[in-house]
Amino acid sequence: MYKIAVLGDRDSIYGFAALGLEVFPVSTGEEGAKTLRRLSEQDYAVIYITEALAEEIPQELDRCRESLLPAVITIPGVHGNTGLGIRMVKRSVEQAVGSDIIFNGN
Amino acid sequence: MASKQITPTRMELTRLKKKLVTATRGHKLLKDKRDELMRQFLEKVRENKALREHVEEGIAAANKNFLLARAGMQDQVLNTAMLAPKQRVSVESGVENVMSVNIPTFDFKTRSPDKNDIFSYGFAFTSSDLDGAVQSLSDVFPDMLKLAEIEKACQLMAVEIEKTRRRVNALEHVMIPELQANIKYISMKLDENERSTQIRLMKVKDMVLKDAHNYETF
Repeated sequence: MYKIAVLGDRDSIYGFAALGLEVFPVSTGEEGAKTLRRLSEQDYAVIYITEALAEEIPQELDRCRESLLPAVITIPGVHGNTGLGIRMVKRSVEQAVGSDIIFNGN
Repeated sequence: MASKQITPTRMELTRLKKKLVTATRGHKLLKDKRDELMRQFLEKVRENKALREHVEEGIAAANKNFLLARAGMQDQVLNTAMLAPKQRVSVESGVENVMSVNIPTFDFKTRSPDKNDIFSYGFAFTSSDLDGAVQSLSDVFPDMLKLAEIEKACQLMAVEIEKTRRRVNALEHVMIPELQANIKYISMKLDENERSTQIRLMKVKDMVLKDAHNYETF
């Protein structure tokens, strides 16, 4: 039985607590990296992370990319959509196909 | 092409021929695997894109609602309201095998079946905006989980496709041409050896005949 975690700045994620997800408010990238590392070693199947935080710790995200669990998924925070989530999908396409054929450069 | 030293023997020739057969079959299989993986990947990634756009829209709308709710309430009241969530979500994770890539499947369960348990507070002291905000987030949550499943699958498949593509290219452009060149080299060398043996025998025969009968063939 796995759990779901939400990671990011407090304002962006406190709503998820009401749904029954576990929220981990962090304020700095360093703290976020540490928490993400700790969570990925426990039984969390999905870790949602705000785009703002994800942008600060790309190397931690890459570490989780090739393993089966957890799935680290970026979500937009309260400060708006930075487009990182779509960029990650684009990266997958580029890795697999060799060039971006889905988004056509948008 | 024959880059390293190869011994031109019949045994080596048979060995290389067997290797070539295996390499060709492997190449064909891997190529098929790559094509099928690519087809499924593109299907998934299109779905991923659409779902992500939908989820991001939903979360943005929910965030707007939360912002409004926050503006209309005191911080302490909000904190208290969110302090003890009634609902709890757990995930059942399975593994699905797509062309030898293991991708996870998620199936979530809520602790209590009551839909209203997402409201973990009394309605007396909180703004009604908060109810709407929590509700909108709850609506988008099943899609968020589906997004997690598909996006992870895409990431894992991308890695596998890259690996398979490299293997196919290595076989096609390095292994197979090299083997073919080596086989050609050995068979040429063996033919040449055979011809030289033949000529030597003919010469020897001539010499023997000449010695015995003073007989000239040419």
